[in-house]
Amino acid sequence: MDKISQENIDLKMRLIEDFSNFEASLNGQSNEMIHNVRRDAIAYINENGFPTKKFEEWKYTNPANILKNDYVQAFTQPAGDLSGIDVTEVLAESNANVLVFVNGRYESSLSRIVSKGDGIFVGNLSEAYVAHKDLINSHFSKLAKNEKGAFTAMNTAFATDGAVVYAADNVQIPEIIRIINIADARTGTYLSQPRNIFIAGVNAKAMISEEFFTIGENPSLTNMITEVFCGRGSMLEHYKIQNDGANANHVGSTQIKQEADSHYSNTTISWGGNITRNNLQAVFAGNNTECHFFGLYLLSGRQHVDNHTLADHAMPNCYSNELYKGIIADRATGVFNGRIMVREDAQKTNAYQSNNCILLSDDAMNYSKPQLEIFADDVKCSHGATTGQLSDQEMFYLRSRGIPHDEARAMLLQAFAEDVIDTIKDEYLREKLDKKLIEILMSTR
Amino acid sequence: MITLKDLRATVETEEGKKEILKGINLQINAGEVHAIMGPNGSGKSTLASVLTGREGYEVTGGSVEFEGNDLLELEPEERAQHGIFLAFQYPVEIPGVSNTNFLKTAINEIRKSKGMEPMSSVEFLKMMKEKAKLVGLDPSMTSRYVNVGFSGGEKKRNEIFQLAMLNPKFSILDETDSGLDIDALKAVAEGVIKLKTNDNAFLVITHYQRLLNFIVPDFVHVMFDGRIVKSGGKELALHLEENGYDWITDMKETAEA
Repeated sequence: MDKISQENIDLKMRLIEDFSNFEASLNGQSNEMIHNVRRDAIAYINENGFPTKKFEEWKYTNPANILKNDYVQAFTQPAGDLSGIDVTEVLAESNANVLVFVNGRYESSLSRIVSKGDGIFVGNLSEAYVAHKDLINSHFSKLAKNEKGAFTAMNTAFATDGAVVYAADNVQIPEIIRIINIADARTGTYLSQPRNIFIAGVNAKAMISEEFFTIGENPSLTNMITEVFCGRGSMLEHYKIQNDGANANHVGSTQIKQEADSHYSNTTISWGGNITRNNLQAVFAGNNTECHFFGLYLLSGRQHVDNHTLADHAMPNCYSNELYKGIIADRATGVFNGRIMVREDAQKTNAYQSNNCILLSDDAMNYSKPQLEIFADDVKCSHGATTGQLSDQEMFYLRSRGIPHDEARAMLLQAFAEDVIDTIKDEYLREKLDKKLIEILMSTR
Repeated sequence: MITLKDLRATVETEEGKKEILKGINLQINAGEVHAIMGPNGSGKSTLASVLTGREGYEVTGGSVEFEGNDLLELEPEERAQHGIFLAFQYPVEIPGVSNTNFLKTAINEIRKSKGMEPMSSVEFLKMMKEKAKLVGLDPSMTSRYVNVGFSGGEKKRNEIFQLAMLNPKFSILDETDSGLDIDALKAVAEGVIKLKTNDNAFLVITHYQRLLNFIVPDFVHVMFDGRIVKSGGKELALHLEENGYDWITDMKETAEA
């Protein structure tokens, strides 16, 4: 037996043991419906194990490199020391909801919830389970099913906390909801598994930002799931901003279901972390939906970011548009795998996709893989990918006007990245991101 | 102001290095307008590229002194900071960078190199307005991305606008007349005339004489095969207009025979 499969089995055994301890700690709650879902998930892992790089879906990102550290599940540990965790910059956005999770655990003392009232819930999963039990039961794991793979099942098996946003029919939440996930890697090597559920009712509206930070130098793994339900005619703005530390790994799965006439827009910005894998999948379950996926990855050192997207056109007259941009330096690697599925009934589909990259060094890499599967005959689909370097012409033009080399380069890269940053509708957040973008570009060589 | 002595340069081609400039001697003083004319491929644009430090050219001999500095030792941005400006033959489109941001950065970098404080936004906007008016540029162009979606004439006018904003000591106009109709040509030339002072100098590179009807040069140089083969006053341009470049070729062939 080779080394990888041995590690795979060791991990499986450890998770099964974790699970029986977890189950024992639940007391009476093990009869709850949600717990049956967890049992199914651990059974799935027991049967299937974890993927290896031989799996087509993991060809460019080796799961063994993500799983190799002996992680301790963070939820089994007592709450850590919160001193040294500073979220003042986020709280400075005065009208924002701020939900802070440290190693997957909700910290109300660091959080602030401003959106309250009839038909609104902004809070954490365990509270939501008390306040809206039926709602959670009817949505939990309905999109992020075990068949999505072992990382998804692992989260489901151990999911204890996360963010829940609920806007009932015709309810609009005016304030942005910023979910701050902090990996505290100061004292241990932890696995955190946040579980988020966002539910927008008919014609509801919300803006949600998931943001990731790390403190400390130990390796960490965040294996998270976000399930997003967009009701008929709803509008959801959703951001994922990855500022993680150099030893932080991330596997995230965002599963979206859009009902008719709904509008969903996702912007994923990755400029931190060690190995990052983002799965972003939307299924259009009604007519006339509109879906946007925007992405920016800005990588240096040996960073690796893999964006796997799926726009699943199951119904007619839907529109999806994807734009992913990468700036890759040093020996870093970007992966974009964009799958568009147009099912037989999905006539009059409009689906577009593009992936553009600038490589700043000879060793920088970008793998770009469009995957269009079209089973309807009256559709408009296109994809495009470009990989190149900064234009010498543009550089010389700027320098010939007195702008030094590094500033000129940052200016051109900023212009390249800007149309993704511009999709962030929250002005406060966008300005911070702009600042950070320039900071990173000036330090990238 | 600027002195070129036996300037030689090669460019990398598929067939190896090719010598384009074969010993250029030129002296330009403050307050003067010089024109360089010559047939295609004579090395006019290469001269502009070498003077502004574009990559891809190798200086193999000679020197360029600009206000006491060895120009060839400087990076392109340092040359600009010292007061050299090139109005491009083919201005580059830069999507995502606004004219305003571009020029503000350029001006402040030039100021920084001189130990000056950045210009205030109010002062900058006022200057933009003034200079746009001076060169006849539609003010709405200034907020657009650099040259993106500009017509040929607008691009050339934008070059002169940048010249007005940066106020260089020595400006090279590289085929600024190419691709312009007579009205656009006139407008661009008028802009340049307004910017001419006793303290700055211009080098106008052109294939045709018509631009020189508007920007009247003090000296005209004829360039052929990498050398200046004839220099004279403004009347030389007229002679070229009437007789074309053939007489130079003939003259050269006779000399070589």
